[in-house]
Amino acid sequence: MERIVEPLQLAFMQRALLAALLIAVVGGVVGTFVVLKGLAFIGDALAHAAFAGVATAYVLGGSIYLGSVLAAVATALAIGFVSRRARVSFDTAIGILFVGAFAFGIMLISASRSYTVDLFSFVFGDVLGVGWEDLRVMAALTVLVLALVALFYREVVFTAYDPTMAEASGVPVTVVQYGQLALLAVATVVAIKVVGIVLVVAMLVTPAATARLLVRRIPHMMAVATLLGALAAVTGLYLSYYLNVASGAAVVLVATGLFLLALLLSPRHGLLAWWWRRRLALRTRAVAPVPAAE
Amino acid sequence: METERAAPLVFEGVWAGYGTRTVLEDVGFTLRRGALTGLIGPNGSGKSTLIKVALGLLRPWRGRVQVLGMDPAEARERVGYMPQIELVDWDFPLSVAEAVLLGRYGRLRRLRPPSAADQAAVRAALERVGLWHLRDRPIGELSGGQQRRVLLARALARSAELLLLDEPLAGLDIGAQEDLERLLRELADAGSTVLVATHDLHHVAHSYDDVLCLNGRVVAHGRPEVVLTEEVLQQTFGRHLVLLEIGGRTYGLPGG
Repeated sequence: MERIVEPLQLAFMQRALLAALLIAVVGGVVGTFVVLKGLAFIGDALAHAAFAGVATAYVLGGSIYLGSVLAAVATALAIGFVSRRARVSFDTAIGILFVGAFAFGIMLISASRSYTVDLFSFVFGDVLGVGWEDLRVMAALTVLVLALVALFYREVVFTAYDPTMAEASGVPVTVVQYGQLALLAVATVVAIKVVGIVLVVAMLVTPAATARLLVRRIPHMMAVATLLGALAAVTGLYLSYYLNVASGAAVVLVATGLFLLALLLSPRHGLLAWWWRRRLALRTRAVAPVPAAE
Repeated sequence: METERAAPLVFEGVWAGYGTRTVLEDVGFTLRRGALTGLIGPNGSGKSTLIKVALGLLRPWRGRVQVLGMDPAEARERVGYMPQIELVDWDFPLSVAEAVLLGRYGRLRRLRPPSAADQAAVRAALERVGLWHLRDRPIGELSGGQQRRVLLARALARSAELLLLDEPLAGLDIGAQEDLERLLRELADAGSTVLVATHDLHHVAHSYDDVLCLNGRVVAHGRPEVVLTEEVLQQTFGRHLVLLEIGGRTYGLPGG
């Protein structure tokens, strides 16, 4: 009991836990669409592209969050535009643009000759360095994301499920698809400070993918993914505190562990359930073995 | 109301296509109210393009399109559409009732649950196609025939006067095809105007009211028993058509 309460008395742990819970909410809600529409690669790409904004803001002395949101959203829209206009696949457009943006960030930083630990906390995440100002921005972005998803829930679902009929019904399908990418960009930025650019995609994908194995309605998926994300975040932070390991990595590994557990034990899609059903089917349909030909 | 008497679907001198590729050339026809019309033609003859133009998804290069006396975009709420089955993501975690409710999209209010009228329309549509008992089933667990019925129910939930169905029978086994054909017949008998893009010449010839033969342009339009001559079929399908004579009757089998 004491082991649970003790870290809670430290201000930086309180902030870390709050930050982790915010990420769990955004990751659960936005991640549900990421998993359903196979947008994991672009989520990863946007986190890297955000680094260009981080670097720019760092060199120019602006807000790092504003910089990364702008860079990620601009890259998201550019990916959508290039894949529509340049006759290259969506994957290829992502590959070209995110590495370009990331390289731009690296170039800026190397030119300014001020490599610092502070900046690289964005690459690997530094949940224990989250300040109250970070939390305020993260909370505002979380509210923005939730409000947009709630307002345009039907449009997003309709477009994802059947874009032709959605367009025939008057849904502005192109706007919805661009908007979804922009939303994804904002979601990655919310999580970047905590888990870092390299690991951010895990918070968008892993809890939602785990939820997909367990429930079968979209709102349920969002709720379960949020709970699993929160569980992973809290457990990971405690592990990080007591084992003195990198916090972002600990959070992501707990989420990965939960996914593997669900893969094994899920009542409908789990490996054990599959094995058991097959065994039952074989037993009930068993017939006398065909006599071997002489 | 003036629109009550307007023809369900009118094309006049419509040219349309994609990029620089012309698909529809000077297409003109008027659908009869309450008729079940088969839209036939080989692949690439413009069946889907014609439906897209009628829905307002594709703007014609030239010519005029009127849906229930209105512009296609204005008539949206009174037109039901059933896309080709593979354009829909069947792995999406929606229940049957949720998928059908999306047919009411234009009437749903933001941030509100569906109204009693919406729910009644969903129920009526699902009962019409015989799927009310499966309303909570995820769409991913349905058979091919049931999936078509969901799409049809979604079109019906709009209280549509004009139904545009793009190859609803493709990939179904014979029994499921018969069931769906019977349903389409019933809908037309109940007053809906139904246009079905199809390769099923047999049903079109024997149980449809009208047939619209398309091959980039309109080859013929009218009652099947009058219109479906060997010459028209040759002009429509060209080398894609295989004519089979079995027991004194000629069957046309559209090829690829």
